[in-house]
Amino acid sequence: MSKTKKLLRKFFTALKPSLIAIGFGLLIGLIIMLIFNPGDAFQALFTLLIGGFNGGLKGIGNMLYQAAPIILTGLAVAFAFKTGLFNIGASGQMMMGAYVAIYVGVRWELPFGIHWIVAMLIGTLAGGLWGLIPGLLKAISNVNEVISSIMMNYIAGHWLIYLIRTNIFNGSYSRSMNILPSAQLPMLTSIFPGSSANIGILIAIAVAIIAHIIVHKTTLGFQLRASGFSMDGSKYAGMNTKSNIITAMTISGLFAGLAGALAYLVVGKTIGTAFEIFPQGFDGISVALLGLGEPLGALFAGIFLSNLRMGGFYMQSYGFVPQIIDMIIAVIIYVTAISIALQAALKIYGDRIRAWFKRRKLKEEV
Amino acid sequence: MKYKVEMKHITKVFGTLVANDDVSIAIKTGEIYALLGENGAGKSTLMSILFGLYKPEKGEIVIDGIPVEINNPNDANKMGIGMVHQHFKLVETFTVLENIILGIEDVKKGILQYDDAIKKITKLIETYQLNVDINAYIKDITVGQQQRVEILKMLYRDSDILIFDEPTAVLTPQEIHELINIMKGFSKEGKTIILITHKLNEIKAVADTCTVLRRGKAIGTVKVSDVSVEKMAEMMVGREVLFTVEKEDITPGENIFKVENLSIEGKGKKIVKNINFDVHQSEIVGIAGIDGNGQTELIHALTGLIPFHHGTVTLNGKDISKTNIRTKYETGMSHIPEDRQKHGVIMDFDLQSNLILQNFYQPQYQKHKFLRFDAILENAKTLIEQFDIRSEGGPRTILRSMSGGNQQKAILGREMARAHDLLIAVQPTRGLDVGAIEYIHNQLLAERRRGKAILLVSLEIEEIMNLSDRILVMYEGEIVGELDPKEITINELGLYMSGAKRGASHV
Repeated sequence: MSKTKKLLRKFFTALKPSLIAIGFGLLIGLIIMLIFNPGDAFQALFTLLIGGFNGGLKGIGNMLYQAAPIILTGLAVAFAFKTGLFNIGASGQMMMGAYVAIYVGVRWELPFGIHWIVAMLIGTLAGGLWGLIPGLLKAISNVNEVISSIMMNYIAGHWLIYLIRTNIFNGSYSRSMNILPSAQLPMLTSIFPGSSANIGILIAIAVAIIAHIIVHKTTLGFQLRASGFSMDGSKYAGMNTKSNIITAMTISGLFAGLAGALAYLVVGKTIGTAFEIFPQGFDGISVALLGLGEPLGALFAGIFLSNLRMGGFYMQSYGFVPQIIDMIIAVIIYVTAISIALQAALKIYGDRIRAWFKRRKLKEEV
Repeated sequence: MKYKVEMKHITKVFGTLVANDDVSIAIKTGEIYALLGENGAGKSTLMSILFGLYKPEKGEIVIDGIPVEINNPNDANKMGIGMVHQHFKLVETFTVLENIILGIEDVKKGILQYDDAIKKITKLIETYQLNVDINAYIKDITVGQQQRVEILKMLYRDSDILIFDEPTAVLTPQEIHELINIMKGFSKEGKTIILITHKLNEIKAVADTCTVLRRGKAIGTVKVSDVSVEKMAEMMVGREVLFTVEKEDITPGENIFKVENLSIEGKGKKIVKNINFDVHQSEIVGIAGIDGNGQTELIHALTGLIPFHHGTVTLNGKDISKTNIRTKYETGMSHIPEDRQKHGVIMDFDLQSNLILQNFYQPQYQKHKFLRFDAILENAKTLIEQFDIRSEGGPRTILRSMSGGNQQKAILGREMARAHDLLIAVQPTRGLDVGAIEYIHNQLLAERRRGKAILLVSLEIEEIMNLSDRILVMYEGEIVGELDPKEITINELGLYMSGAKRGASHV
């Protein structure tokens, strides 16, 4: 009994920063809603919070479908964080993963049950390769990974258009071609009828657990975390800090590549040929921050963010235009992102106030 | 008897820490008054209060019999209080003269007037033998000279209460000797001197009265001539301290570690020049030298933290010049690094993880690449017990929250428990208090007894003298002397360290 209590308390302590951040974000969101539509603000907030659950099983299914890619980009960012790297290039890695997965889904003819797996795995590898490049640059010539990986996003964005146009172009829609039915991820419509839910969410959950195990239970994770906390310390300890960087960026890229594969191995989902950088990569940063840089944290944060988006969708019934909804969600994410700074500030002022009380008490005693 | 300075019932609180707890001191005119205590005993806090840097929660300060309010260092200056801080507060790119007059410059029509200042400073330099070139830039003069500039700053402001915070930490034995004479000179002139230190011999050499602080409380005030060094140490630590290290005669064994013709180049010049030495089993070889003479670079090169360009390093008969750090460890090297928080540990890891930092990949700590947490915990428990590593939460304590002494013990324990034949210990006792120093010295001697080869680098001369079987002196990147500690005096060693003497080998 006391053990579960202790565990619960530990869980709560770990969660506290995220919960405070979410609370702050919702409060500011509520103020914005009160400005635009005071009458329905509280009900709208409730709708926003309930998110996908507004639409019953179908809503939940759609929410989980959208959650899978951002959980994975969140994992990509969080995993690099653990090694002290900021992988801002999850978008580019995801795009490469998506393209290669679609290519395999369109051009290769493989039996049902195997085709989607092959397409998914090769797409994942493409993402890993795209993450390897900034990793190599950083390890070999100390190129800042933030700059190189964001540049890789632009390279991916433009190259993607070229690749689609030359290899898998559907001229009538000016988009990529549709994948073969055999390459589609198995659907979960029997559990969530009428929704787009597919096996992607289960894969995302499994990968989050695997990432957690790698980070916290293996010798590889031990090295990566050591490098993340202190390059000098891990160098002293005889770890190969350069190969740590390369490994971490590659694994991070693999996760993002998988995100791309899961998002696009769906019949009817295609990539357009107008220049765009996938926003899910940047969502990954929010998800990783909200999840406190932990793989399991990213899992819950990804679901939370996806649910918030679904909530925004349902909020439209209260007369909020989508732009306002986007703004509210952005504020919540923004506040969350600065939550760590907020926490630190609260702690400092808390200490000061406590010290002040202590001094007063001492003075009274005199 | 009228006192020059009185501090009555001073209490100062930082957060939850009581830095000074009802401390009272009284200092006579012309006296050299020492404040003795371990790190964190509250000496510097007390003097910072006198200098106006902190305001106490309660207590009063009386100067020349008049209660005063000191709110900032300017107030302190007006009352004739000057302070030489442990870390000098000089502008590196200014000259000595500019630094001395900084803040109280004489300006006429917006133009600086130097003549009067030069006259006054020259006179001060002559009177107190504070030889320093007033036109030299701070960055070009030695640390000892910089300290004189700090002293001149106080004198130029006509201070007659002079506070010295750990003034000898950065000096050579000769410079310490000179400083002691300077202080005695001040005392004769009627100036009042307060000396903050944890070095007992200096107090014995220079101070008249000594107040011992321990954990913020004043333990007692003694007349220095009446008490022994041992007694003062006991007051400071709270228990008896053994000063003489029991070092039995052991004949050194086989040659374990050999360095040949090692040179390191940096910024176009050689930082370390043509180093040759070896270390045998059951032998402690000490590297002495003033900070910044290439010791850090030499050790970093030997341990693999930086590459080197020329030379060979052999450990246990194997050439480890070009191998990676892990291979060096596997060949039998242990390393207690100079900067323990930067290199020695991962501050945000817990204690048990830090205790397997180099060994985590070995079979006893992993199975199929999965960490064996039971073995890791077991190892931590053993080392905590064996090396008396104290922490709030045992093996799971985050290292950052542990005290410096216990962090050092953790590194020491880890490096000694790992399979090794050579232990490289760099400044193993830096920043530690007397009790911890005693413990670490005994552990190093135990290593020697077990037949390990030990390379000890230290800036503390006494540590080098007491522990080493052989002393190598480094000056400007070279080994300028190989000495037998039994045959030389501390002063002689100091001459080598300052570059005044070189070449002649005593071995």
